[in-house]
Amino acid sequence: MTVPEVIINNLPMEATPPDWPGGYWWHWVFFSIVLIGFMLTMVIIAIYIERRGMGRMQSRLGPNRAGPFGVLQMIADVVKVLLKENIVPDKADKLIHWLAPIVAFVPVALLFTVIPFQNGALLADLNIGILFIVAVSSLTTLGVFMAGWGSSNKYSLLGAMRNVAAVVSYEIPLALSIVGTLLVAGTMSLNGIVLAQDIPFILLQPLGFLIFFIAGCAEINRSPFDLMEADSEIVAGFHTEYSGMKFALFYLVEYAEAIAISAIITTLFLGGWRGPLLPPWLWFIGKTLVVFFLMVWTRTTLPRVRIDQLMALAWKFLLPLALINLFITAIQVLAWDDAVNWIAVVINIVVMGVLILIWSKFFKLGWGRIEV
Amino acid sequence: MTTSEMMTLKTEPFVLNFGPVHPSTHGVYRMRATLDGEVVIDLEPVVGYLHRGIEKLAEERTYGGFIPLTDRLDYISPMSNNLAYCLAVEKLTGIKIPERGEYLRVIMAELQRLANHCVAVGSFLNDAGAYFTPFMYTFREREKIVDLFDMVCGQRLTYNYMRIGGVSQDIPEEFLPALIKVIERLTIFIEEYETLLKENEILLARSKGVGILTREMAIDCGISGPVARASGVNRDLRKADSYSIYDRFEFDVPTCETGDCYDRYRVRIEEMRQSLRILSQAVKDIPGGPVKAEVPHLIRPPVGEAYGHLEAPKGELGFYVVSDNSIAPYRCHIRPTSLINLSALRDMVKGWKVADLIIIFGSIDITMGEVDR
Amino acid sequence: MKFERYGLGILKGMSVTIRHLFRHPTVTQYPEQWLNISRRSRGNELVWSREKCTGCCTCAKTCPQGAIEIITATNAEDNKYDVEKYCVDTGYCIQCGLCVEACPYDALFMGYSFERAQYRRNDLIQSDDALLESPERPASGYFHPDIAEKLPEQTLLIEKITEKRD
Repeated sequence: MTVPEVIINNLPMEATPPDWPGGYWWHWVFFSIVLIGFMLTMVIIAIYIERRGMGRMQSRLGPNRAGPFGVLQMIADVVKVLLKENIVPDKADKLIHWLAPIVAFVPVALLFTVIPFQNGALLADLNIGILFIVAVSSLTTLGVFMAGWGSSNKYSLLGAMRNVAAVVSYEIPLALSIVGTLLVAGTMSLNGIVLAQDIPFILLQPLGFLIFFIAGCAEINRSPFDLMEADSEIVAGFHTEYSGMKFALFYLVEYAEAIAISAIITTLFLGGWRGPLLPPWLWFIGKTLVVFFLMVWTRTTLPRVRIDQLMALAWKFLLPLALINLFITAIQVLAWDDAVNWIAVVINIVVMGVLILIWSKFFKLGWGRIEV
Repeated sequence: MTTSEMMTLKTEPFVLNFGPVHPSTHGVYRMRATLDGEVVIDLEPVVGYLHRGIEKLAEERTYGGFIPLTDRLDYISPMSNNLAYCLAVEKLTGIKIPERGEYLRVIMAELQRLANHCVAVGSFLNDAGAYFTPFMYTFREREKIVDLFDMVCGQRLTYNYMRIGGVSQDIPEEFLPALIKVIERLTIFIEEYETLLKENEILLARSKGVGILTREMAIDCGISGPVARASGVNRDLRKADSYSIYDRFEFDVPTCETGDCYDRYRVRIEEMRQSLRILSQAVKDIPGGPVKAEVPHLIRPPVGEAYGHLEAPKGELGFYVVSDNSIAPYRCHIRPTSLINLSALRDMVKGWKVADLIIIFGSIDITMGEVDR
Repeated sequence: MKFERYGLGILKGMSVTIRHLFRHPTVTQYPEQWLNISRRSRGNELVWSREKCTGCCTCAKTCPQGAIEIITATNAEDNKYDVEKYCVDTGYCIQCGLCVEACPYDALFMGYSFERAQYRRNDLIQSDDALLESPERPASGYFHPDIAEKLPEQTLLIEKITEKRD
């Protein structure tokens, strides 16, 4: 029996979409509205968690004046940003400057279409879901680069170039760390991966989780890799020259990407919507917010890395570890019929510890200084 | 191998202006950096945006009336500025200061050193990118020190506490118990702060080996203070040219060998520990008595000149006062610590990247009020 | 110093940050909660006492900025000066306190209040009766220990905030 047949025969539940009245088009319209609403609501909750959580960790309160406990702060910010004047620099390339936020925003919205909220509840149950995610998530960089170039500002260009270099470098460890879970789950469809997680894959693939988390933080320009918009160096990076609604779109893109990466981590590694007692979509939202809090925690603590250290981390540290992880997972899947078992958990955790120890000894950052 | 040989594509250097208004130039400081991609090739500093003519104003104020203006020089550590000026004028006139006054001066100067290093370390880490967290922690501790200063002299930033002949008024009775609590609390805080950041790999990667200032260059440029001590120059004016009553206290002078940004950070943390040591000794031994010598209201020093210097938190701060027996100084020149420390920035930065430029500049710890006077 | 490169330094740092999540934040909600300022506060405006002032002008001579303007007239019968105008330009004052220190008759006090912003620059020039002590403009204890004893004690951060959640 081949591996996929073993898994399909042992699936606990059937993967069926709920039967909607009206068929395909009604399903599409309903889910589009639900997804856009979900994304905006989650962004507002995420920004609230970030500002209040980061404030408490810095021994101060976050915003608490707009509405009870500050819950209406985001709405006040959105209203303020909508009322601002839209300033375009004189020498800027008008079309590119105008298109950049849109090109940056659309791929992020597309990412949410393949993430399952409940058994079978997605906009499109593609059976190449993971490939779709990896392909679409790198399109945001195009928008960022257009923003940097079209602003006719040296700071923006610096920020945009850094972003392109970083995203291109971190795509590869990102994709490779996902392949480990694909091997264990046996299917690329995200709903299928959730159904195959009797043991959450964070225990089976701890190294994969770590690499995906680090690469994901780098892809979405989040601290400690936020040198694309480093506040203290290049004033605001690629969105220096944006004001008004266009700036709001970039801000939205940043947090929506963070939520999207958290949602993907939940689906791939933490077991998606699975859990006892509470309704499945509640488990999904809860797990996503826990992963997002982890991102807020790292942002509060860690200083920023430099661009050449960022690239060194991707090519010399994460990529070999991802390859070795893939190799060991492949051996495990071939050796045991049922790859989802507890022996694999123990072995993988031990292997992760040993690999990180050994590889850190060999990791050299390089001098960094160039003779002029 | 130069950058142009390494890249087969021909690139052109461009000039990027880190303007006077920038989130992390500590004050209104302007740098015109010539960049080749991300690598800094040349740096041209432009100072003078905060010039207020304090040295000229000294000629129009009386000796005692100039003290509030010295507060505004290095506005992060005003007690040291006041003290340096008073030392210069006391050298001219030869006034002897009572014992309690000397002890109070030492207590205030060491508390000021702690407060200044809180700002320096917090801003350094803020420039490195830790999004305000270490900054908030150190400013919370600085708040405790500034509360003590508020209790003594009524203001939180421009103290105007030192007078020619001593200090202006005695401390209230709740000062010493609060000071003992602050010393205990700060000792615990420094340990916790070290846990947060001493072995942080990202900070080590960003600042170890970056922006090296060699010992010879430090001596050649006349650099003093923690920047020089991190490069191996073992000179601290409290031991080398001891002023006030510093020869009665026991403390060490921390130095490091390499002179990179990480060493400057370490030297400041160790100096904070040594200041706490001096403070505990001073609090135990403080005597009673008057705090200010009997001096006339308008002082007329004899004709002459004097240079009074001290170990300010940023380096050697000196006042050169020339008097012609009138109620105002004839000439008062200030040795600007921050400007002289800044003179080596260009050589420290060449070859590093933009991110390193900001972090090297932050580790020198300057205040524009002192650079431009 | 051992260079721990395994990521332990980062984890230790993160433990410090998460501990702060459970501590008391160092915050005062301003319009609802007030802290007591220092008893010797060198507040924004000067307080003058007409009975004790003799018009000797020591304060005006000591002021580094020249913010005090005094006009006196001689009074030959009582053999003293009558103070006709005593005017302080509060906008020009740098709150150094040298005038209070210099007054030989204890007639001048620094102000204790701090919410005394005005809307027009001309309102900052205060003279004569506007300078007397009143409930909105109490006097502070800078160089006046008898007044300092009656003012409330200063709130110190070191006394207030503990590191455990209370």
